[in-house]
This record gives sequence, structure tokens and C-alpha cells, in this order.
Amino acid sequence: MLITNIEYVPKREIKEHFGVVSGSTVRAKHVGRDIMAGFKNVFGGELKGYTELLSESREEAMARMVSQAESLGANAILNVRFSTSSVAAGAAELYVYGTAVRI
Amino acid sequence: MYDILFFLTLIVVGYIFGTVIEKRHFKSLMMREEQMLYLPTIALKKPLDDEGIVRSELVNGSVVISIDFFKKFVAGLINFFGGNITVYESLIDRARREATLRMKESAKDASEIINIKIETSSISKNTKGIGAIEVLAYGTAIYR
Repeated sequence: MLITNIEYVPKREIKEHFGVVSGSTVRAKHVGRDIMAGFKNVFGGELKGYTELLSESREEAMARMVSQAESLGANAILNVRFSTSSVAAGAAELYVYGTAVRI
Repeated sequence: MYDILFFLTLIVVGYIFGTVIEKRHFKSLMMREEQMLYLPTIALKKPLDDEGIVRSELVNGSVVISIDFFKKFVAGLINFFGGNITVYESLIDRARREATLRMKESAKDASEIINIKIETSSISKNTKGIGAIEVLAYGTAIYR
């Protein structure tokens, strides 16, 4: 599966469009990590636990998008966008979407 | 009385640690940015020319950076009087540069990264919770 955020694939022709595919995950924060983050809030610096958590969730959202595209028979996803929104206090939604095509 | 002492200690600790961490971070950013100068990042939607492109691939980098107590306190003060909250400007600058660098470092063999998008979101918006910002940078790496 080829994933890009540009509108075409260099040197390849798009044969078929399948429309928009998307994937999302909603993740809550871990209590232990929250306490650690609370300490870090005094000192500053990177919150590694959160960086990992968010990138893992983003990977999962992407995996969901890819499996949706595969079920349609696509072999590439173009013009991919990410978006993050906080649903409630302590939870974040990670959403990724793009256009499934066959090249 | 003890409350005030505790508060002052937090400010001093936040100031000392926060400044040290920020200085160290800027130093490491400068060094790593210099190392990655050979890889151009472009906000255009198309590569400069299609010649010899073998592969294109989505790459991303993200980072979550926490505020420190001193910054929070100063921002609170400035919020009252108005003006530029410079303590947060440097924080966001650090996060953006770090995310972009991580993206570049994940595609070391690429010849360029095009269509860069940078997205910023705050982890918690209420003042009681933890204050941190997340920056995600993503783009398409072009291999020639």
C-alpha cells in the first residue's frame, strides 16, 4: 500500500478512484502517565510517554484506513491528512483520511 | 504561609530546570538541524521535477512538550496585562522544530520532502490539568 500526501504518484497513472477512506482512534490518557506528566509540568521538557501514546494511536488509525482501502481493492492512498481533536477532558481523537485509488 | 513558600519553590524550581532544559534543547536542535541541512523540506505540492523518482512515501514526526511552572506563572501574569506571551512562543518554536527534525530523521535517504504540513494541538485546554502541546509534522518523502 502506497501512502502519500500529494495528489498523484510520480510516473504512475491513476486507473480507478474509490473515494475517501478514513480511520480514527480515540485514546484516553493513562493514570500513571498522567501523574508523571503532572511532575513534568513543573520542570518542563518532553513528555515521552505522551509522544509514544499519540504516535501509536496514529499508527492504529492509519492501519484502519489501510484495511478499509484494501477491502475496496485499492493499492494506494493519496492526499492523506491528519487531524487531532480533543473529545473530552483526558481523551483525544486522532483522525486520518485520504483518497483510495488504484494505480 | 506554607502555601506561599511552596508556590515560590515551584516557581524557582520551574525557572531553573525549565531554563536548563530549554537551553539544552535549543543547542541540540541547532546541531541536528545542521546535520540534516542536505535534505530540503518544501511546502510545494509537486516535486521540482519528476526525473528519476523511484519511490514516494508518507513520513511523519511528532513530539509532545510540557510547559514548566515558571512559564505558566508568567503567562498568567501577561494574560492579565496583555501583550506577547514570549515564554510560550519559544516553547512552540521548540516543538515545531523538533517535530520537523524527527520527520526528516525518519527519511534520511530521501532526496527531498514535499508538501509539508504542520499541525499543532494542545493536550489539555483547562488550566487545572496538564499543560502540553503536541506538534505533528508530515509530508511526502521523494526518493531518487
